[in-house]
Amino acid sequence: MRDFYDTAFDTPLMLGTAQYPSPAIMEAAFRASGASVATVSLRREAGQGQAFWDIIRGLGVHVLPNTAGCHSAREAITTARMARDLFETDRIKLEVIGHADTLQPDPFGLLEATEVLAAEGFEVFPYTTEDLVLAGRLVDAGARVLMPWGAPIGSGLGLNNRHGLRTLRAGFPDIAMVVDAGLGLPSHAAAAMEMGFDAVLLNTAVAQAGDPVAMAEAFGLAARAGALAARADAMAPREMATPSTPLIGKAWL
Amino acid sequence: MKIEVNGAPQEVAAGTVAGALAEMGWTTGRVATALNGEFVPKSAREATMLREGDRLEVLAPMQGG
Repeated sequence: MRDFYDTAFDTPLMLGTAQYPSPAIMEAAFRASGASVATVSLRREAGQGQAFWDIIRGLGVHVLPNTAGCHSAREAITTARMARDLFETDRIKLEVIGHADTLQPDPFGLLEATEVLAAEGFEVFPYTTEDLVLAGRLVDAGARVLMPWGAPIGSGLGLNNRHGLRTLRAGFPDIAMVVDAGLGLPSHAAAAMEMGFDAVLLNTAVAQAGDPVAMAEAFGLAARAGALAARADAMAPREMATPSTPLIGKAWL
Repeated sequence: MKIEVNGAPQEVAAGTVAGALAEMGWTTGRVATALNGEFVPKSAREATMLREGDRLEVLAPMQGG
């Protein structure tokens, strides 16, 4: 199994911490999901931050800070440096947003920020599209993990471009990849894992479900099922039926 | 002197980032700082001087996806 900058995570689920009905439900959802990583952000101190941080620390999971909401390389770089100071980890989920409606990454800003941060010793987890050329440039810039989107953030559409994701997965066999964003159902997570991705990252699909704790558990099971299947060498699909029950010994009736 | 803290005007007596944080009661919590858009690490707060009109950002852990 590919690791994430020399760290192996116990389970292939990374879960966001935003938009839950309450902190208690967030905590219960994490425990039910078995997620190994929690994504967090940093915002202007308004008095709630320290209590939130205490809950996250109590979960016993790895922390992955993000640069969500940054629209330029400069802003994302400064945010990443502040995140390292605050959370005391070199990991950064690097988001440089390029479009207001789709929240899709700005490939140029993303590459620029990846170059700078990788040189500063950050473990960059760039939020990217399935673009093969951009992926190559990010790897050349020092990224050892890629986080291609499934669909636009918060859309719940699933895996919009399965062919593109498969091509990307096959193109960089040594790079750990996380399908991040756009997942709506556990079956999307299982499908991503079956395709050979190393983890999935989601937030809205769990936090905004009617029962976030049950949905968190469902995603945790689906991600693990998909990971298991990916290692089990699936059968090749066929056009025509072949009987699974033996014909030999069938009665002459 | 008058500076801006997290987008709001603030009168501070201290001359350094560390001093301003102490004045505003942010000594115990976990925060990250930037001054005029540039990152100021924890270790540099004592030595980073403030000037009239500076923009100080004080960030805390927050929910994120």
